[in-house]
Amino acid sequence: MNFRGIEAIYNFEMGRTFRTLGQSIASPVLSTVLYFIVFGSAIGSRMEAIDDVPYGAFIVPGLIMLTVLSQSVSNASFGIYFPRFTGTIYEILSAPLSVVEVVIGYVGAAATKSVIIGVIVLITAAFFVPLRVAHPFWMLLFLIMTSVTFSLLGFIIGIWADGFEKLQLIPLLVITPLTFLGGSFYSINLLPPFWQTISLANPVVYLVSGFRWSFYERGDVSLTTSVVMICVFTLICSAIIGWIFKTGYRLKK
Amino acid sequence: MPIETAIEIRALKKIYQNGFIALDDINLEIKRGEIFALLGPNGAGKTTLINTVCGIVQPTGGHVTVSGFDNVTQYRQARAAIGLVPQELTTDAFESVWNTVTFSRGLFGKPRSPSYITDTLKRLTLWDKRDEEIRNLSGGMKRRVMIAKALSHEPEILFLDEPSAGVDVELRKSMWAQVRALRDTGVTIILTTHYIEEAQEMADRVGIINKGKLILTEDKQTLMQKMGKRQIIFVLRDHINSIPQTLAGLPLTLEDEGSKIIFTCDATLDNDISETLDRLKESGIRPKDIYSRESSLEEIFVGLVGAV
Ligand SMILES: Nc1ncnc2c1ncn2[C@@H]1O[C@H](COP(=O)(O)OP(=O)(O)OP(=O)(O)O)[C@@H](O)[C@H]1O
Ligand SMILES: [Mg+2]
Repeated sequence: MNFRGIEAIYNFEMGRTFRTLGQSIASPVLSTVLYFIVFGSAIGSRMEAIDDVPYGAFIVPGLIMLTVLSQSVSNASFGIYFPRFTGTIYEILSAPLSVVEVVIGYVGAAATKSVIIGVIVLITAAFFVPLRVAHPFWMLLFLIMTSVTFSLLGFIIGIWADGFEKLQLIPLLVITPLTFLGGSFYSINLLPPFWQTISLANPVVYLVSGFRWSFYERGDVSLTTSVVMICVFTLICSAIIGWIFKTGYRLKK
Repeated sequence: MPIETAIEIRALKKIYQNGFIALDDINLEIKRGEIFALLGPNGAGKTTLINTVCGIVQPTGGHVTVSGFDNVTQYRQARAAIGLVPQELTTDAFESVWNTVTFSRGLFGKPRSPSYITDTLKRLTLWDKRDEEIRNLSGGMKRRVMIAKALSHEPEILFLDEPSAGVDVELRKSMWAQVRALRDTGVTIILTTHYIEEAQEMADRVGIINKGKLILTEDKQTLMQKMGKRQIIFVLRDHINSIPQTLAGLPLTLEDEGSKIIFTCDATLDNDISETLDRLKESGIRPKDIYSRESSLEEIFVGLVGAV
């Protein structure tokens, strides 16, 4: 393993993150505050508790997931797209680094940033609603796994995109609907059976469900199902990345 | 495989996705410690060749070994040996010079060495700019930052893809001196260039590539001798219209409206011009000046590429 190479990429990416830390944190914190004002206080006060959890508290895990998912995808996709765009990717390609090492460097840094932001959103939420985390270890595990998985997905998007528009298209067209329909703001058990079944094809359902379980011991699907599905999704992303580097798709001419 | 071979390229072929054949059966051996200049017109395939060796372009066929390591199956060892300065100026605009060079060293798995990087930056006269963001540097400085990045991991082999592009004459001279100094420390150097002057000045060997084919590789001296012509120019007092009959059979031509007689011979041959001198005298031609010239690599190059 070229650990120093991984470290170099990771530090480079984290350096970029810290240079823009203000912006990176300001936007998710602001939108969280807005969500709480709108859904938590204004609408939430009229909503019934779901699964015995007050609505304001119920949406916290979903809200964190929403932020973590979009942050992971945008960080990781930008992280690898930018050197492709400027041409500095030549150095990564000509360095004695394996695929796995490159991915660990980029995805590791993107996921780290997401986890940091996820924790910040959690802290922000704590100012609005009384929070209770039943299983902190599981919570952290889900947070990390989600960050890693969606950073992998972001990495794929960053390699596939051949323009800045495409870079933003996927998060907008795919990730946002998936998160909104993934039970971030409701329990999928509230849906008619047909839509419940459809929802089960949405990977975000498993993430949110598992994550919410770690807070309130309530989930739409069982804990095992959540963990297994996240692993399956991670494997799929990893396989695609493996294929990308093997064939040189969009990386090598 | 003998250790004297830095790079061995066998039957290398590259067809781009659009079907364009950029490299056609390239065979080339670069000896350790030499400066090899790859010459060729725009679009000849120089960059493609370099990028294929460095792992940036995927070959369609053939093999490359670097210091005895296959650049696909043993890519770690092969790539670790190489430093690349690409043709395009591609840098991370917002990084400082120091950080970007340190980053490059890390990528290649080398332990931190501030003293080596300090040294490299000083040699490339970038030391004063070490904390500057790269976007604030001039083009020539950026080029040197890219050289510093390529040297950051102490490579055995250095590729310079058009190192002189956008570099002023003075700096070019100093860069040549630095390249020679590097060669003296045992680094093998492969450079591409449009400036024949550069190849002539620096290279031990020259390869000429055109339309994806390596037309020839030769020691610079041998090439100059083989292909080169030597001419002795007799400057006349009076213009003449044609070479006098008395001088028939000699390799003479007229130039400059009959004011010069040119004697042409192969640079290699052991020529004897005494006969020519005698016969000129007999013909009543008394030159007022005599000088000689040898063809430059440029003329050789134009002759070769033009002929293909
Ligand atoms: N990605 C690509 N897809 C298709 N054709 C390409 C690609 N890259 C280069 N080529 C073609 O391959 C040929 C060789 O290009 P290359 O960059 O190797 O030339 P070069 O000798 O370095 O030229 P120059 O002196 O201008 O730098 C050119 O005709 C170019 O158009
Ligand atoms: Mg080129």
